[in-house]
Amino acid sequence: MNAVFRRALFALALALCCGALNAQAIDPLPFKDHAEETRFQQLTRELRCLVCQNENLADSNADLARDLRHQVFELMRQGKSDAQIKQYLVDRYSDFVLYDPPVQGSTLLLWFGPLAILLAGAAVVVVTVRRRSRAQAPASNQSANDSSPNDEGDDW
Amino acid sequence: MSRLVPFFAFLLLVALFGFGIWWNTRHDQREVPSPLIDKPAPAYALPKLDDPAQTVTREAMLGKPYLINVFASWCVACGEEHPVLMSEGQRVGVPLVGYNYKDEPDEAKAWLERHGNPYGLVIADREGRTAIDFGVYGAPETFLVDAKGVIRYKRIGPLTPEVIERELKPAIAALRKEAP
Repeated sequence: MNAVFRRALFALALALCCGALNAQAIDPLPFKDHAEETRFQQLTRELRCLVCQNENLADSNADLARDLRHQVFELMRQGKSDAQIKQYLVDRYSDFVLYDPPVQGSTLLLWFGPLAILLAGAAVVVVTVRRRSRAQAPASNQSANDSSPNDEGDDW
Repeated sequence: MSRLVPFFAFLLLVALFGFGIWWNTRHDQREVPSPLIDKPAPAYALPKLDDPAQTVTREAMLGKPYLINVFASWCVACGEEHPVLMSEGQRVGVPLVGYNYKDEPDEAKAWLERHGNPYGLVIADREGRTAIDFGVYGAPETFLVDAKGVIRYKRIGPLTPEVIERELKPAIAALRKEAP
């Protein structure tokens, strides 16, 4: 039983591994060195595929994603900077292509909303704790020798 | 009173959740608003589908508003849209230019022969290079270009009679009003 399972696992690993190799082989780009390839991979990982919108350009098998990868590669070869390449795509496909949306009026809530909620939560905690300790302080002063704590003042 | 705080927080979350559902049913998740609206259409020079020796350019099309409809024989939604173009295409009042996107010319021609040709002119972008400049990411897409070559409206996805009535016709009417 265990052997069967192990063999199945091995086959699965092999299939996944070959799938990855295949994906590389289908779409070969003539990188001149490792640095260029790393830069390309990095850049396409930060760009969103428009067709299957939860995938980035590096991972997507969509036809358009392949075209855009080639376009990114060509722009790199033309000596464009990462920012210029991103701008090229934003001009055509809007900020949506960026996985990291820029900080601007329409994205303020997105960027700082979680922080605001966290701060609001912290404020609630601070206020609650202060109120409780204030409510308990006089009670514990009066019954300093009383061993059983008094819960009736508890607001919660 | 403060015992009710969690309850109100819960109600707030329910309201937020409901709003999210409502918003998503009203908006197409896949639709990416084009940054090209009210910007000049990108320069293009594309061969005609039926006569590749002839090239159509943005400059040659200036002077009159027209519609560019991105289609392909491999595109399923284009097949759904096609009857609408056949019946409504002539009635919107501006020329309809077909933009054959990443297609085999022979297959595109056969497709038009089989289903009918609603276009006055069909240009072919076999590699899909120019389509990137247009921000095309899924056929069918339709662009309304005004007489000055500025993109005024874009529809992503099939044109339906409702969309034509509600969005396209008012956009074309607005162009008419501007024209002297």
